[in-house]
Amino acid sequence: MSTLNALSKPIYLDNNATTRCAPEAVAAMLPFFTEQFGNPSSMHSFGAKVASAVKTARASLQKLLGAEYDSEIIYTSGGTEADNTAILSALKANPEKKEIITTTVEHHAVLHLCDQLEKEGYTVRKLKVDSRGRLDLDEYQALLSNKVAVVSVMWANNETGTLFPVERMAEMARAAGVLFHTDAVQAVGKLPMALKHSAIDMLSLSGHKLHGPKGIGALYLRRGVRFRPLLRGGGQERGRRAGTENVPGIVGLGVAAELALEHMQEENTRVRALRDRLQHAILSAVPCCFATGDIDHRLPNTLNIAFEYVEGEAILMLLSKQGIAASSGSACTSGSLEPSHVMRAMGIPYTAAHGTIRFSLSRENTVEEIDRVAAAVPDIIAQLRKLSPYWSGDGPVSDPAKAFNPSYA
Amino acid sequence: MWDYSETVKDHFYNPRNAGPLPEANAIGEVGSISCGDALRLMLKVDPDTETILDASFQTFGCGSAIASSSALTEMIKGKTLDEALKVSNQDIADFLGGLPPEKMHCSVMGREALQSAVANYRGTTWKDDHEEGELICKCFAIDSAMIEKTIRANNLCSVEQVTHYTKAGGGCSSCHEGIEEILARVLAERGERFSPAPPPAKKPRGKLSTLERIRRIEQVIERARPNLQRDHGDIELVDVDGKHIYVAMKGACAGCQMEALTLSGVEQQLIDALGEIVKLVPVKSTRSPSALSPA
Repeated sequence: MSTLNALSKPIYLDNNATTRCAPEAVAAMLPFFTEQFGNPSSMHSFGAKVASAVKTARASLQKLLGAEYDSEIIYTSGGTEADNTAILSALKANPEKKEIITTTVEHHAVLHLCDQLEKEGYTVRKLKVDSRGRLDLDEYQALLSNKVAVVSVMWANNETGTLFPVERMAEMARAAGVLFHTDAVQAVGKLPMALKHSAIDMLSLSGHKLHGPKGIGALYLRRGVRFRPLLRGGGQERGRRAGTENVPGIVGLGVAAELALEHMQEENTRVRALRDRLQHAILSAVPCCFATGDIDHRLPNTLNIAFEYVEGEAILMLLSKQGIAASSGSACTSGSLEPSHVMRAMGIPYTAAHGTIRFSLSRENTVEEIDRVAAAVPDIIAQLRKLSPYWSGDGPVSDPAKAFNPSYA
Repeated sequence: MWDYSETVKDHFYNPRNAGPLPEANAIGEVGSISCGDALRLMLKVDPDTETILDASFQTFGCGSAIASSSALTEMIKGKTLDEALKVSNQDIADFLGGLPPEKMHCSVMGREALQSAVANYRGTTWKDDHEEGELICKCFAIDSAMIEKTIRANNLCSVEQVTHYTKAGGGCSSCHEGIEEILARVLAERGERFSPAPPPAKKPRGKLSTLERIRRIEQVIERARPNLQRDHGDIELVDVDGKHIYVAMKGACAGCQMEALTLSGVEQQLIDALGEIVKLVPVKSTRSPSALSPA
């Protein structure tokens, strides 16, 4: 590690995992741990002040999402609870319908729930993606029927940033009389939204993905959509989500929503330009690597690069040594032995799928940081390729499949 | 990020003996690209003394795979092949100051590469009996392939039995759902349905006559045999002496790494069938029950 790098501030490029809670959000939350500690359901002044703050935050979210009514926002503990609530509510509210449509590349909050529901007798139709992570809308149209209780499709993929045409898909679902839910955890705060003009019935979001606190999220539920709560108990959230509200989290989320709206333009110009600068620098300097996903239709902050013939965790460790934080879809970072289900769904070869690195930026990143990362990556990849049995000198061995002949495969 | 020891980090950041070894006369290649790790171990062996004069590696793998490979080369240099073969995967992990349970397969890969390289030097082919699958029990580092194999070999039908045979699920219990999924899949293959309900409570039994007791023992042994025979092994009842039941392990089962697991599984079935605690003892011979010698 160079002295310069050792003395430099660490660089955080793992914002799709979580973001730093904005200082403004933290400051707004603090009083709700101390002097404003009342229960918003209480009928006295301690509760009334707090209830007002909860209402203000709801209005901020309504504005960010372009929802028609603030009452369409239900607070949850995060994106996972919102996803689970949406899908399970749709099934319970439509007990005669036993089919679910989703995709092979959803977040595990949706996929693992669907796997469980399949064991309980539901039929889950998983839309496949092509090598760029894109859906086939004709296949989707063919699956829509009056047997389907709900469609759940992510707005943006957390690994590649690939955007799905959820507004169009919601219209198709509505035409078929099917409820449409989107896991928009990665998209909210990065893309302009106008839900009141869309056919989207339910949408999940999470606070800590948009510079809010962890442990708070929300489910958008279009007015009039039949709903069954996941948690039952008290009458909080109009009886749609029982449990005393996480007031500091809600206040922090509200401020984060305001800030996200304020910085939306920056996200789509300056941050996008930084992402493209990093992509160009790495792809130009490192042989045998490529950006995964639909690079023309993806989140402005996300860059996922597959480095062939090296393994992701090893790359992350060397990046970390230089103070650079990113993430990997490689098997070894998760304890599983299979590479990311998203990479497998796109058919990325194993020699590349295990070497994927996701760089996810935020409005806090600078051009100097991006240039430092771009300068560090080529040496790291070259260092690891020197160890790889699939690499020789300046390039891959002539036939990687034959060059290495293990006793089991 | 994994909680790696300082030694693991040192061997990862400063790998020893990395890269091709042009003078190598023994090469072992193991790994599974689908699982994300592959290792080529190269040795330079003195033909007169079978001493490893030099060793190097190339690895496609994670931090602990690289560290394990580096450690292995350091551990075996200067040893004879026979001495090197005594290095276990646990020795590699210990050398590194420990590995996370999820990463123990990296040390196993090192051990296997060594076996493969020695076989290559001696002109034979090393055949692994290792299958990798998703890690199910993180407490005891047991993967799905091992659980599936054990369920099939022993006709298991409950999580409790899987724990008896493999240890999987015997720790924090967070993997019980995963084990149930494997049970459901394997039982479905043989036309049975997995029931997560605990087995019905055993009815108290009256005391068995000696003949009934031996018949039940024979029935249990006979039930176990077809599965073992499919794997080119067998088990035979030799003698019964009070609480001790003597059996001979045959064919591939004799000396198999899974022998202890197989025996403990059969022992559990005997305990269930007899309603008493018994001890299953492997012996070498079926010919002379009066002169039984432990295997």
